[in-house]
Amino acid sequence: MPDSKSIAGAMRAMAGKAMDLHGSMLIVLLLIASIGFAMLYSAASGDFAKLAGRQMGVFAIGFTCMLVMALVHIKWWWRLAYPIYSVGLLMLLAVEIIGDIGGGAQRWLDLGIIRLQPSEIMKIGLVMALARYYHGLTLDEVKNLKSLIKPALLIGMPAVLVLRQPDLGTMVLIAAGGVTILFVAGVPRKVFLVGAVLAVVGAVGGFYQLHEYQRNRVFTFLDPDSDPLGTGYHIQQSKIALGSGGVSGKGFMQGTQSHLNFLPEKHTDFVFTTLAEEFGFIGGVTLLILYTVLIGYGFLIALSARNHFARLMAIGVTTTFFLYVFINIAMVMGLVPVVGVPLPLVSYGGSAMMTLLVGMGLLMNVYVHRNTVLSRQGMVRSG
Amino acid sequence: MDIKGERYRKLTRRALILGGAQLLGVGALVGRMVHLQILKADEYKMLAEENRIDLRLISPLRGRILDRHGHEMANNQLNYRVSVIPEQTNDFKDTLARLSDVIAMPPEKVEAVIRQAARSRRFLPLTVSDNLSWEEFARVNSIVPELPGVQPDAGRSRFYPYPAEFALLVGYVGQVTDEDLKKLPNDPLYMLPDFRIGKRGLEAYHEKRLRGVAGLRRVEVNALGREVRELSREDGVAGKDLVTTIDADIQRFAMQRMGEESAAAVVMNIHSGEVLAMASAPGYDPNDFNFGIKTSTWKALLKDPRKPLLNKAVQGQFPPGSTFKPVVVMAALEAGAIDANTKVFCPGHMNFGGRKFHCWKKGGHGTVDMISAVEQSCDVFFYEIARRIGVDTIADMANRFGLGHRHGIEIDHEAAGLVPTRAWKATRRRDRKWHDGETLSVSIGQGYMLSTPLQLAVMTSRIANGGYAVTPTLVKDKAKSGPAAVNFPSVGVASEIVKAGQHGMIAVVEGGRGTARIARIREWPRGLAGKTGTSQVRVITAAQRAGGVPKNESRPWEERDHALFIAYGPIENPAYAIALIVEHGGGGSAVAAPIARDIMREVLLKDPCGLTGGQPVLAELKKDA
Repeated sequence: MPDSKSIAGAMRAMAGKAMDLHGSMLIVLLLIASIGFAMLYSAASGDFAKLAGRQMGVFAIGFTCMLVMALVHIKWWWRLAYPIYSVGLLMLLAVEIIGDIGGGAQRWLDLGIIRLQPSEIMKIGLVMALARYYHGLTLDEVKNLKSLIKPALLIGMPAVLVLRQPDLGTMVLIAAGGVTILFVAGVPRKVFLVGAVLAVVGAVGGFYQLHEYQRNRVFTFLDPDSDPLGTGYHIQQSKIALGSGGVSGKGFMQGTQSHLNFLPEKHTDFVFTTLAEEFGFIGGVTLLILYTVLIGYGFLIALSARNHFARLMAIGVTTTFFLYVFINIAMVMGLVPVVGVPLPLVSYGGSAMMTLLVGMGLLMNVYVHRNTVLSRQGMVRSG
Repeated sequence: MDIKGERYRKLTRRALILGGAQLLGVGALVGRMVHLQILKADEYKMLAEENRIDLRLISPLRGRILDRHGHEMANNQLNYRVSVIPEQTNDFKDTLARLSDVIAMPPEKVEAVIRQAARSRRFLPLTVSDNLSWEEFARVNSIVPELPGVQPDAGRSRFYPYPAEFALLVGYVGQVTDEDLKKLPNDPLYMLPDFRIGKRGLEAYHEKRLRGVAGLRRVEVNALGREVRELSREDGVAGKDLVTTIDADIQRFAMQRMGEESAAAVVMNIHSGEVLAMASAPGYDPNDFNFGIKTSTWKALLKDPRKPLLNKAVQGQFPPGSTFKPVVVMAALEAGAIDANTKVFCPGHMNFGGRKFHCWKKGGHGTVDMISAVEQSCDVFFYEIARRIGVDTIADMANRFGLGHRHGIEIDHEAAGLVPTRAWKATRRRDRKWHDGETLSVSIGQGYMLSTPLQLAVMTSRIANGGYAVTPTLVKDKAKSGPAAVNFPSVGVASEIVKAGQHGMIAVVEGGRGTARIARIREWPRGLAGKTGTSQVRVITAAQRAGGVPKNESRPWEERDHALFIAYGPIENPAYAIALIVEHGGGGSAVAAPIARDIMREVLLKDPCGLTGGQPVLAELKKDA
């Protein structure tokens, strides 16, 4: 444990590194968040305090956390990777047990003062744990199939627990984020082929294990007109709102569909629809470009890092971020079934916002420490 | 360190693949946006702007519940009501306040509506007030122009013309609750705030048949959401009527005759199993539930010791008492433990296993045989024969005559009753061993024995029809006509043995010392055969017995005995059976038998199934009536 002197030293070191932050990435991030505030202001029909104001508050806290996380020495993240993962897993287990007692779906862990959603911790924790694991392996070891056992467990345990909550969307996000790291770490391609086949078989089998409402969502996705007032309702209304936005949109706060409440959840998972209705194709593509730039930065940062842990972590975080964007927008446009995935930094809601900012914090950390070299045992060589 | 190593090169290659895939993903999103917002924009603009299409459900007319002659026990009445579409109001709460100025709306009702509004979709109409008088309805119509979103209309709602008489049989309907949603398959109708589903009784059990299928209207609405015109209309399918086997007149007569007692009666056709009356008293007014029951009314119903919400005919489980004795006689005959000449001396008690088992008659019955034992309901005779054959033999016969299991009657919450066996006790009770003394209690329908009035009616029917396993039904189109022998398998008891059971029951009414001589129909000597029962609610201690058992009237109501009576008639060519219990009513012969007799008299007079039409004696009776 560091004594007070070394904490003071670390603080000074952090402050010194502040100049190394990725400035343009911060600007893109602020731009996206600002679009979010504007849309929430519109969704609340001009009531600033109702949604936008609160969201800004959460963002301010999250943004500060992100900066602190970016400046902490990367060796600490290496050391904390497994502990954070373990805490997340234990909390998921706790939710499972309390959920069983309480009866029914439970995703929250009530700690008295704060309510935590352990699956959010796990999104980051799994990426960190896998990055650390593969950091410690040579490529030859990676290619050895035995080395797949631990990662399979690392991904499998939280995936099963989250699926039991039941939260299909989060399960997909966690599993896909984990598999991405396996991929870039160099696991042989045939493993993914076999995995894909197993996943298809598992999905077909698992389909019958789903809750009725989840199954209905899949059916409705395949044929949205079959249930116009039920689960298909969201998608139909969302498509009407989007499509009627046209090229340039109906103008800020002029979205008839969202404002007349034809569109449910216009401020959370379906916030993109409000944007696309009011700012049209131009607005929607602008946001997509901003996201793409951010994701592009993520890959560049990953490739510029001098240690493997940082690279894997950066790609993992970036891909998770991409999956959020892709699933959410594809969902509101009727390309994939409706699963509860928010639009990063735009959807109203504190929990997801914090997770994403924490992820961005790690990504920035990788950039700040891009020249740091970590040994396989986690010793710092330079930088 | 391995910045130029193979591991890094591999990562770079794969990162490029991954990045490429993500770019493709973004490309797909842009493509979809081009498709929706540029290529099909005009189409969606059409849908969105002044011609928005809205889908509105039409709730189907609920099927009626009828008695066997087509009399309505539940129908749908025109109901003037006011709905509000929250989305279209300027201020939802203010609109409600304005409405409560012209129609009676207690504050609690207003709050309930606000709560409901928070749960349902804002563009769906919400029923704010039901059952308006024409005057109120007119007043609402007069303020409608100033209040957007308010819709006065005439709907149909459930109505029960004879509330109390049929309450427990027919049940009631109510709003869909979250619990209902968990249990029921998905139906878009549940989203209609004024939709009602069956909650109890026939309404609940036959929900699917009665409900029908929702219709759908596609309407064009303007920018304010107001309906402009109807584009298409798919009419729903009205629910099917449920024609029951009940005879409304008999049911109502039975309810009236039971009066203020806590009682239940089941009248059955012994050949077809058609249930002609299933009465459970006291009743309540199911109309109260239609628009949400008042808390005070609900609490009063819950608190009433006579349990008005319980359908005692199928849910109430009572010790059958002495009404069970004919079955025990048949069990002993079949086992060969007794024959027609077997005699037992009754000194008023029997010593067994160090305990004294009392007969209801303190001085004893003297020497009795199987017929006179049933006739006078001598307990000692049954102790003796039960001792000889054991509990499992009794249980087997009881099961064959319809006790101890559900009959699948088409109404909710049918109770199974209980016929104890050694095996049952070994698995269900902490004290696993069967004590022979317990067999003695079972032989007089006490101890662990529990049966429902419905089961007792089935038992009586099976005795009356000569031992055919008739099962009860409430649905007319399921009822089979013709003698029981054609429609149902035999319970496998020789006909002489069943006849012995019948003879016992005939003696109870017709015999010189019969406990139910009171149940004779005066004008018609051989109208009924029956059996009385008085079942103890609590154990009588030796000390109490020594001091004289306190009379029923001097005990608190909850501790008084249940009065039971089962009967069938006419004695020649039996047609109908009845089982009746008056909870805490006192003695079977004094309290239950006269009520059951009067109900059976009505049944035989009316003969709704046309089973006794040819009887000369009955024709005479009809002339008198």
